[in-house]
Amino acid sequence: MNELIDLALDAAQRAGAGYADIRITERETESMTVKNGALEAAASNLSIGFGVRVLVDGAWGFAGSAVMTRPEVERITREAIDIARASSLASGPPVELDDTPPQVDRYATPLQEDPFAVSIDDKLRILFEADAAMASVPGVSVREGTVEAGRERKTFASSEGARIEQELTESGAGIEATAVNANESQVRSWPNSSGGQFVSGGFEAVRAMNLPGNGQRIAEEAVALLTAEDCPSGPMTVVIDSSQMALQVHESCGHPIELDRVLGMEASFAGTSFLTLDKLGHLRYGSDAVSIDADATAAGGLGTFGYDDEGVPAQNVPIVSAGDFVGYLTSRETAPIIGRRSMGSSRASGWNVIPLIRMTNINLRPGEAGRLEDLIADTDDGLFISTNRSWSIDDRRLNFQFGTQVGWRIHDGKLGEMVKNPTYTGITPEFWGSCDAICGPSEWRLWGVPNCGKGEPMQTHRVGHGASPARFRNVQVGVGTW
Amino acid sequence: MVATHVDRRAAPDEAIDLALRLVRGEAEALYLARDAALTRFAASRIHQNVSEHDASLRVRVIDDGRTGVASTNRLDDQGIAEVVARATEICRRSAPNPDPTPLAPAEAGCGESDLGFVATTADAEPDRRAEGARAVIAAAQSDDLVASGAFSTEASTIAIANTNGLRSRHTTTQAKLLTVMTGPDRASGYAQAISTDIGAIDAGAVGAEAADKAVRSIGATDLEPGAYDVILEEYAVQTVLEYLSYAGFSALAVEEGRSFMELGKQVMGPNVSIWDDGADTTGLPSATDFEGVAKQRVDLVTDGVASALVHDSATARRAGVPSTGHALPAPNTFGPMAWNLFMAPGSSSKDAMLASIDRGVWVTRFHYVNIVHPRKAVLTGMTKDGTFLIENGRIVRPIRNLRFTEEIPAAFSRIQAIGAETRVVGAEYSGINARVPALRIGAFAFTGATAAESGV
Repeated sequence: MNELIDLALDAAQRAGAGYADIRITERETESMTVKNGALEAAASNLSIGFGVRVLVDGAWGFAGSAVMTRPEVERITREAIDIARASSLASGPPVELDDTPPQVDRYATPLQEDPFAVSIDDKLRILFEADAAMASVPGVSVREGTVEAGRERKTFASSEGARIEQELTESGAGIEATAVNANESQVRSWPNSSGGQFVSGGFEAVRAMNLPGNGQRIAEEAVALLTAEDCPSGPMTVVIDSSQMALQVHESCGHPIELDRVLGMEASFAGTSFLTLDKLGHLRYGSDAVSIDADATAAGGLGTFGYDDEGVPAQNVPIVSAGDFVGYLTSRETAPIIGRRSMGSSRASGWNVIPLIRMTNINLRPGEAGRLEDLIADTDDGLFISTNRSWSIDDRRLNFQFGTQVGWRIHDGKLGEMVKNPTYTGITPEFWGSCDAICGPSEWRLWGVPNCGKGEPMQTHRVGHGASPARFRNVQVGVGTW
Repeated sequence: MVATHVDRRAAPDEAIDLALRLVRGEAEALYLARDAALTRFAASRIHQNVSEHDASLRVRVIDDGRTGVASTNRLDDQGIAEVVARATEICRRSAPNPDPTPLAPAEAGCGESDLGFVATTADAEPDRRAEGARAVIAAAQSDDLVASGAFSTEASTIAIANTNGLRSRHTTTQAKLLTVMTGPDRASGYAQAISTDIGAIDAGAVGAEAADKAVRSIGATDLEPGAYDVILEEYAVQTVLEYLSYAGFSALAVEEGRSFMELGKQVMGPNVSIWDDGADTTGLPSATDFEGVAKQRVDLVTDGVASALVHDSATARRAGVPSTGHALPAPNTFGPMAWNLFMAPGSSSKDAMLASIDRGVWVTRFHYVNIVHPRKAVLTGMTKDGTFLIENGRIVRPIRNLRFTEEIPAAFSRIQAIGAETRVVGAEYSGINARVPALRIGAFAFTGATAAESGV
């Protein structure tokens, strides 16, 4: 491998690259899905390849290939150089990288139980037990459970002298029950929707989810939703559970703080950001209760690593401090534009694509509102909603609308009747400004979002969000008539 | 043996044949290869410029009701032997499924197809893409606008064989140029061109279309949300069809009660017909699905009546019908997918639609659409890159983006006019492309608006 690395970096510099790096990545995944009492899917995937990124006369070029041979490394390096030269047909000011010192190091995800060493029988036992628990509830029409494992081994080397080896391991699982009648289809998931919960770590996280122990409950809730009243419509106090808060942070904070979006680099696809450069240090993003960090060092997060894909060490940096907007996610190319050094959030989803500014773990700090039951007890009238079902936000990350799987009315500090099809909508800074309470550390949970999309060609990446349940005042719920 | 680049000759067959020889019992081998390049521009300069070459082999082994699937992109003999061993081991250790997805029969294959393959697209050099980007940027600069966008070219091969004797192979190409142009006061305009033939991409025309929209968007003001008659341009219509496909055109979605489709029932207006046809070269053709079944035309909605669903081998067996050739790669619990969509044209024009509206909204495209309620096909999303207020038959001013939340089958029962011309539109996120007309729809529900500049 070292021979191929040296070959690429030497060839790139001989061809005129002022900077070059190479990433060699091997990613393996394993997944199993039990659906309606049968093993519906069992799969193992392996993808190996390398990508060479060069700066020639201040313009980028990148090429990647799955063939790990000397001739292919030479060919791909030449292709990256040719592409960079083509970029000069319509290039702007030369790209300049920050002065991050090159690192030589190794990192591996801490874990207790290697998910690839857990037997298929063990994994299937969990899924079949959870399936049986869901099946015990009359009226459930579709049951599904999945266990997944992922491992990425990658080596990064640059013409500046960086050489970093990392082994990142992920585990995840989830179950889902669907109930259907003549007019409705309702679903409940555990621990989260969109496949469940995902962590950087070992299979111990899957065991801790207790999928079998939650199967019957979510199935009962799915069935109960069929006959629940519709979510009321109008402004209301809303208490949002931890997992939905994670997606709220993702869409309304995580994306708009990506500095490449702010600079217009994603304008043609994902959009731009309302957090323009003039807002840094000057915008009131939320209430005093709201503090948000970007923490790539947080234990167990899907956005946790040793170094980003430009060789920048993982860091924990403030984004929102007691409501004030104070930080962006940056890369080595973009950080100097705001007079900073990269905080290490440049990540590629695979060997075949370039690193882009991606979320790490964008975490809402816990507050002082105690446990969830304390927050409910402190709410006279409102709505408690749980588990994401749909999401949408405008291209500047201002106007959002979310749907959740379930809601319960809050009356006089107690949970009341269940409601179906909850939705809520708002404008980002107004919404965060209406946050008056966040539950404490005991309710804080770091959620994994395995399906964050960005870039062209689109890269689906894995990011994390820590959050406790939180309360918002005067939120528009029950959007639309249907 | 190495097969990295899309190989129009032997490599897929060699990989597939070796894999099937190594398997004892029933098996399917799926070979996917892609040579893709993309030149991306923002702030009127090229800022990202990439290419990738990958090929992979996915092996599905079935034995006594047990199934194992494994994939690799290491395609030397050792890599292929290893992936077969992995699939076999997973199969051996798996639990039996009383209803495993069957292998497609030999006669269902499409043979060898190059439908939609254009060599000049496959061979496009980075200079060609850079020139296209430069033409779009020039169009923007001539109107004092800023251009962002991407020009991509790719050649891809899908080849499948199974132990029933099925063999299918399709190599095709695609070129796509899109741009978002921005101007003062958050004005923006969009245009896209997509084709199997890079020669059909007119970068100057793409630039001119987006620039026109962006210039006309300068000075947008608020419009109170509510129900308005709308003109949806083809870009917006494609997005709606894309999400209808997710929500409900699949047989599994109907089986599981999460679809709005009820066969034989009037689910949309009588002026609506929607079908899927992978063989129609006026779209972006795909000859085979991921089980090797030749794609069949499926008339999904005919004169507003839900008339058929797309099937893969699993849903087809349960329904007692042949697969329509809409399978996704195994293992797949989501079900089949329609991804070559068409909507029947009408007899109107956008000018005529405009002239007929007293007060309404012109929508260029939608952004970040999602499914709020799958069973009812309720979608939400934002307008983007050219939203205008219509009064007394003409566009009177640009307006800030609006959020819609709408039950689409109900909205498609209120279609008042359909364009006579259709346009192929590529999906923003997925591979679900569509050839569609523009639509005039009555009382389309806008439930919110983007923020004005005050405060943010």
